[in-house]
Amino acid sequence: MIVPFGHVLILAGILFLMGMFCAVTRRNLIMIVLGIEIMLNAASIVFVGAALRWHHLEGQVFVVFILAVAATEVSVGLALIVYAYLRTGSFDPGTYNLLK
Amino acid sequence: MTIYSIIFYILALLILVSTGLAITRRNLVHAVIYLIFSFFGSALLFYLFGAPLLAVLEVIIYAGAIMILFLFIIMMVKVEASVERMFPLNQWLPAAGIGLMYLAIGALIVSSAPGKDIPLEMAFADPKEFGQYLFQRHWLSIEIVSLLLLIALIGALHLGRRRREEKIEEKP
Repeated sequence: MIVPFGHVLILAGILFLMGMFCAVTRRNLIMIVLGIEIMLNAASIVFVGAALRWHHLEGQVFVVFILAVAATEVSVGLALIVYAYLRTGSFDPGTYNLLK
Repeated sequence: MTIYSIIFYILALLILVSTGLAITRRNLVHAVIYLIFSFFGSALLFYLFGAPLLAVLEVIIYAGAIMILFLFIIMMVKVEASVERMFPLNQWLPAAGIGLMYLAIGALIVSSAPGKDIPLEMAFADPKEFGQYLFQRHWLSIEIVSLLLLIALIGALHLGRRRREEKIEEKP
């Protein structure tokens, strides 16, 4: 045996909250995307733990899809961030007020 | 308490400490390096949970590709030129309070849910079996995800190209 399943859930919950905290409180677009990455990683930890809990491969299959979605989100997100930086010269979302 | 549970708690501590350091750094490069340590810890956790293929994929894709992409972007633009303005304390204190409340409620739910004490048995998903399962049961989802990656590639190329055209237009 390793550990009770609840401990895996609590570890992933703390990790998810850390990512959420990073995405909500930082004022830098790169740190916001990093926070989203941390949240996706926490979700995949839960999926692998659940796959072990029920002895079913379905949870591990889902982690592959999470990896693909994370890679997609990062590539498009970073391209958008670079585009916004070249337009405004800043990473701070508060300065993106070109419509004002 | 077996050796595996001790390994789990050490890994959990390492992941939480390195992630906590990553999200509080002002320097973006330091944050990304700490996060790479966190993802290595997650990869070891996947291996402990009997998913060796996913552990390798985590190191290659998360710690390798995605974090290096972040480093490229950070090095491409002058980050130190724009100092990050932090929110004042009374603005992010509510976020921290709500987060801690959710954590407390989640811990309560987890500790009172049925089946929380079921110990995880050691298991091992053979990469060959896992791949066969993936491509026999979920071939359609794999196709859809590959289409998503293709769309991301086209989107990133498009965003990068439009920028250059605008620069040429601005010159005359």
